[in-house]
Amino acid sequence: MDDTILEMRGITKRFPGVTALQDVNLAVRRGEIHAICGENGAGKSTLMKVLSGVYPSGSYEGEVVFDGKPVHFRGIRDSEAQGIVIIHQELALVPYLSIAENIFLGNERRGRGGLIDWNRANADAGTLLESVGLRENPVTPVIQLGVGKQQLVEIAKALSKQVRLLILDEPTAALNDVDSAHLLDLLRRLREQGITCIMISHKLNEITAIADSTTVIRDGRTVETLDVRSGGVTQERIIRGMVGRDLDSFYPDRVSSPGEEVLRIEDWSVRHPTQDRLVVEGVNLRVRAGEVVGIAGLMGAGRTELAMSVFGRSYGRDIRGRLIVRGREVKARTVAEAIDNGIAYVTEDRKRFGLNLIDDIRRNVSAAALGKLARLGWVNGNEEIKVAEQSRRDLNIKTPSVMAVVGKLSGGNQQKVVLSKWLFTDPDVLILDEPTRGIDVGAKFEIYTIINRLVADGKAVIVISSELPELLGMCDRIYTLSAGRITGEVPIGMATQENLMELMTKDKEPVG
Amino acid sequence: MTSTKNPSTRPTASSGSAPAAALHTGASDVRALLMGNLRQSGIYVALVVIVALFAIMTDGVSLSPGNITNIVLQYSYILVLAIGMVIVIIGGHIDLSVGSVVALSGAVSAVLVIRQGQPWWVGILAALAVGVAVGAWHGFWVAYVGIPAFIVTLAGMLLFRGLTLRVLDNISLSPFPAEYQQVAAGFLNGLIGGDGYDAFTLLVGALAVAGYAVSGFRTRVARVRYQQPVESFPLFVARVAAVGAVIMYFAWQLAHARGLPIVLIILAVLVLVYGLLTRRTVFGRQVYAIGGNLSAATLSGVKVKTVNFWMFVNMGFLAAIAGVIYSSRSNGAQPAAGNMFELDAIAAAFIGGAAVTGGVGTVVGAMVGGLIMAVMSNGMQLMGVDQSLQSVVKGLVLLIAVAFDVWNKRRAGAAR
Repeated sequence: MDDTILEMRGITKRFPGVTALQDVNLAVRRGEIHAICGENGAGKSTLMKVLSGVYPSGSYEGEVVFDGKPVHFRGIRDSEAQGIVIIHQELALVPYLSIAENIFLGNERRGRGGLIDWNRANADAGTLLESVGLRENPVTPVIQLGVGKQQLVEIAKALSKQVRLLILDEPTAALNDVDSAHLLDLLRRLREQGITCIMISHKLNEITAIADSTTVIRDGRTVETLDVRSGGVTQERIIRGMVGRDLDSFYPDRVSSPGEEVLRIEDWSVRHPTQDRLVVEGVNLRVRAGEVVGIAGLMGAGRTELAMSVFGRSYGRDIRGRLIVRGREVKARTVAEAIDNGIAYVTEDRKRFGLNLIDDIRRNVSAAALGKLARLGWVNGNEEIKVAEQSRRDLNIKTPSVMAVVGKLSGGNQQKVVLSKWLFTDPDVLILDEPTRGIDVGAKFEIYTIINRLVADGKAVIVISSELPELLGMCDRIYTLSAGRITGEVPIGMATQENLMELMTKDKEPVG
Repeated sequence: MTSTKNPSTRPTASSGSAPAAALHTGASDVRALLMGNLRQSGIYVALVVIVALFAIMTDGVSLSPGNITNIVLQYSYILVLAIGMVIVIIGGHIDLSVGSVVALSGAVSAVLVIRQGQPWWVGILAALAVGVAVGAWHGFWVAYVGIPAFIVTLAGMLLFRGLTLRVLDNISLSPFPAEYQQVAAGFLNGLIGGDGYDAFTLLVGALAVAGYAVSGFRTRVARVRYQQPVESFPLFVARVAAVGAVIMYFAWQLAHARGLPIVLIILAVLVLVYGLLTRRTVFGRQVYAIGGNLSAATLSGVKVKTVNFWMFVNMGFLAAIAGVIYSSRSNGAQPAAGNMFELDAIAAAFIGGAAVTGGVGTVVGAMVGGLIMAVMSNGMQLMGVDQSLQSVVKGLVLLIAVAFDVWNKRRAGAAR
């Protein structure tokens, strides 16, 4: 049982000016689920790229031993030939192709004369789908599947390549709880079939639930490998390894003293932009100054849709309802009007909707309130730099210069840039959609601290989050949203993960 | 390379490592200046190399006063088009119609002035109005209906070429009155005398150098006041001296030919205005924001439709200016005028560092890109290179310039 399928010894990988990995060791036993955790930028993904041949042999130091033999992969095809398959965080499926076409992409089932044998491909795909527990017709285009099902298609694709070592990069980051549980079950079943699995994850509860052992990486070095299966490894224990310190309290303390009402939404309904159904239905919601209000809901409950429709009607059509800011009804028909009325919306997908990744920090920070830096249409570039510098200091954006390109920052620092941008508009209400998604533990703590500071300054904050512990740790009050309707409003003193989950799953049947 | 600070951007648990050294990073030594922005410096180097190359191959004829004047007269309208084109490309669009708009605006002007005998300035105003109207037409379809600019302007290219033929009844019109010809063929000469050379041209050159030095120095002072990194003072002086020398050499040569071309004044004003417009105004910055990430710009409150609309109105306006210059230079309007001009303008923008995906590019870069094309065409014509070979060389230069851009980006990306 204790034989080792993979050993990486003394791996050092340097980029110009940066050593990403320094003498990293990793040993994975045959047939186990091995978790790798560490803060963003710790070097987890780099290590996996070394393993899968994305960084070819020779571009790093150290040796990789797979199945008892030293290996020198020159590319991803080499590693796949050995049965090492990596599934990236951003899924790599072609949306308009069918499930079967995606599974056998680059590995097509050929028939006579080199033409593709579609019958065989679809039949084989069906078998693979069954083994991952996905009941879908193999000819269905992938775009019609949800993220959870697409993840399963990726795994089916890996299985089609005779996978022996499956690497998953943040497999549940984009999944809701039900899909996550399903995926973890599948990983357990694959383990029974003898497939070894390496899983990079930020979700420590998943690691303690499923992994046999876990290796902690910090600043490009191996910190320790913990035997999870033997028990006694708690989440706090792993966090200590990741950050090199104990987080005595993960959520910073805050004295709550809500003031007057800042934002009220009445009978808010939103129709889907292309389909004839209501995505948000009759929502009532209010936030007071100095208050953090949470919105809890499963994927598809309409959380983001609600937020974006309020923010200058950026989503949906046929929007009805009243929007009241500081006791005055406002229209906010465009984003510019919403900003003028003191509303700010921090998107859940900062790379696609939040930032101009090819531009520098300075110009991203000023983007939503450039008018404040301009007279008669002329921008004062020096004032702009001053504002950006101020943000860099206030929010502790780790960068040598505000002229640094945003695309090269870590997730946590990018999120701070987005926050800076919205803070510069000087909003009364901040709607934060998944504010800590995909950022590491240390940066999360910083974001929480920033939120607390804002509330202490009298801002009202709405937090949308998929992580219930986060809402429980941050909020004064939590609304639950299910199928576009508010199903509960729970003061923090009475909220538990259990009763929130119950409200979030209430009344899920589709409404006519 | 060792002098550049090793970036400690990696977030560490021990926070608060304030990067105090940020003040003097980057531009403090020449090598960092060149290497740090290889793409930008690359085109200047390329221009210098190409100018030198043709000077050698033509035994200095390409740098003669007469020929330098010629280059200005011959390629000014392409440069005017490139200004508008690079803005459209930064915004993430393209405009294939500008050649046809050049023809149409020139044709309308010619019909009014030559056929109907209106004064020359009526022709010019009418041409500009036509350009603005065409731009508004494109802007409407792109911004408010949401049709890709490639399609809209491809349709415009056919549409406005057809209208040109209609307006001209398929025949060429000429000649324009002398005032109209002055736009492209006129010179400011002998205003304040000079013996064998034009003192006025030299004076304008000197004023330009002084303006460059003063504005550069003021920017520098402001930067220092805001505690921003600046290049070392000797380097600053060297840069001003180098640019000044180039401008004065250029002015000297012009002064020994026919003086200061009016069209050069028009071009210089446009480059100055649009250079500032793109870098320093809210409108310009929103163009970059839209090209860089449309969704993020929309969610930041940028009025995307309005900006897109005016981007095309502006393109139409500049195309009309180019149309006036071209019709003035060719002293008439022809049905086939401006054919393929759009491709030269697009090539200038891309050689000058604009990105196909939008969000990147500069007016000055497009000007340098346009000059590279101009100097090459002109040099090859002087050498009597066959038309077919000229086309091959220009095509390869465009390809290599963009390939260099892609390579450079990949290199920057790999350094991550």
